[in-house]
Amino acid sequence: MPLLRLERITKRFGGLVALSEVSFSVERGSIVSLIGPNGAGKTTLFNCVTGVIRPEAGSIRFEEEESLMGLTPHQVAELGIARTFQNIRLFANMSVLENVLAGTYVRTKSGLLEALWPWGFAAHQEERWAIDRSMRLLEQLQLAPFADHLATALSYGQQRRLELARALASDPELLLLDEPAAGLTYQERQELMAFLNRLKGQGLTVLLIEHDMRVVMPISDWVVVLDDGATIAQGSPKAVQEDPRVIEAYLGAKPDGVRPHGV
Amino acid sequence: MRTAILVVLISLPFIDRNPYHVEVLTTAGLYALLALGLNLIVGFAGLLHLGYAAFFAIGAYTYALLNLRAGCPFWLGLPVSMATAGVAGVLLGLPAVRVRGDYLAIVTLGFGEIVRIVVTNLEPWTGGPNGLLGIAHPSIGSFRFGVDSRPYYWLILLLVEGTAWACARLRRSRIGLAWVALREDELAARCLGVDTTRLKLIALGLGGGIAGVAGCFFAAKQGTVTPDSFDFILSVMILAMVILGGLGSVRGAILGAAVLTIVPELLQGFSSYRMLLFGALMVVLMQARPQGLLGLAQIRRELRGRRAAA
Repeated sequence: MPLLRLERITKRFGGLVALSEVSFSVERGSIVSLIGPNGAGKTTLFNCVTGVIRPEAGSIRFEEEESLMGLTPHQVAELGIARTFQNIRLFANMSVLENVLAGTYVRTKSGLLEALWPWGFAAHQEERWAIDRSMRLLEQLQLAPFADHLATALSYGQQRRLELARALASDPELLLLDEPAAGLTYQERQELMAFLNRLKGQGLTVLLIEHDMRVVMPISDWVVVLDDGATIAQGSPKAVQEDPRVIEAYLGAKPDGVRPHGV
Repeated sequence: MRTAILVVLISLPFIDRNPYHVEVLTTAGLYALLALGLNLIVGFAGLLHLGYAAFFAIGAYTYALLNLRAGCPFWLGLPVSMATAGVAGVLLGLPAVRVRGDYLAIVTLGFGEIVRIVVTNLEPWTGGPNGLLGIAHPSIGSFRFGVDSRPYYWLILLLVEGTAWACARLRRSRIGLAWVALREDELAARCLGVDTTRLKLIALGLGGGIAGVAGCFFAAKQGTVTPDSFDFILSVMILAMVILGGLGSVRGAILGAAVLTIVPELLQGFSSYRMLLFGALMVVLMQARPQGLLGLAQIRRELRGRRAAA
């Protein structure tokens, strides 16, 4: 039984068909990559899964056949799906630690009464727990020394890692990463790949959008290729790499023995 | 520091015998209470609200009507006014939280005006433009608050201190963190599991409730309420206090209210040029401190405070 199963997802924006009958599954404990040219509908698909936008047709099932259709983003998050964004969306006027703490929101439950109760023991315990958890994540991602800095004071690569830490703070089952390697240095990319493999080792399932084949090919168990809103191929990294339709989509012309760079 | 300021403020009426000074400080306290409430909505949750005076009006009229029609005492009126204005905050918020930013500002502006116009026209209940007269002052046992400002001053000091304490607690809590997250990036907050509709309504309900307390205090102190006390300019002034003090800063809201109440009084000598000077001063202040008087200090304190306190 796959952790996430998408069937015939269709999304239109006015006359534009952004996604047309997209189907694929993400097996539990695997890393699946979603690739395709710009405008292929990859981020739109993420937005459908996380409830940010609603597809017109199709079904999205998560764990034990739970349907995600019609759920709001916070309900999807509560089920155990966390995500990052293509154009990093951190909380700018919050500290690095507070950004990660915000990620623990779904795993904590103090309400108004706990907040205002003068002898708030339960809330204090919970806060300690959340801070400990957040600090551990920051350490794992080499961000602990910056815990009290403003999120915007971090370098680009650090901000990407912080967004990852924030998503992990919610203790998700499924992690959706939207171009996590974009703009990273070679060194940072290697570290990211090692980190994702470690997460996989801990049983986490990862679905990622990525352009960089040097990242996609070594770490993916399964690759799904989107072009113009449709799945044109899917399979193991090696099979997809050699698929003529994929090469055509990336080059925009029929292959004549020339392999595109990096594919 | 905090205790020292409190001690000075509590003993002030004994040191400074000028009743006019105490009166101005009482007004500053009333505005501080309103600024604290609006800061919850605008500063914490990031909802630009332009009709905040409506909740102040609802609180004031709730106590006035309960007192005049049912003889309800002030101390019972206080929680009832708070609850009524809080519920109004949530109900008026239900349609408003569907829109964001500039649109939310326009919707709340509309609500503010609707409440004022309804109050003006609901003559059999509210006395229309003439308002309501003869509202009872508070009393404790056999001691009755009268025209002397001092008891009101101590009462508002207590209310402001209690509210400021609650606001600081809230900001540090899980809910406060979620408010700030939704202020900073609503989509990211939603994807982290923050039910933004619910949190916005909590902010509007609490903010409305604080304005209700302020309204009840105002009605009991004045003994009269009229619709023109709750016009759009009041909403704008409270917002100016919050922004001047530093959005999101609890101490800033109090300081902003104090500055914007006391400065116009100091400028009395310039008579008709008073508001002109006041306006110019605001422009200069916001140029010099665009984050507000305590905005930057607030951020620095938050950065330091989180781990140290845990």
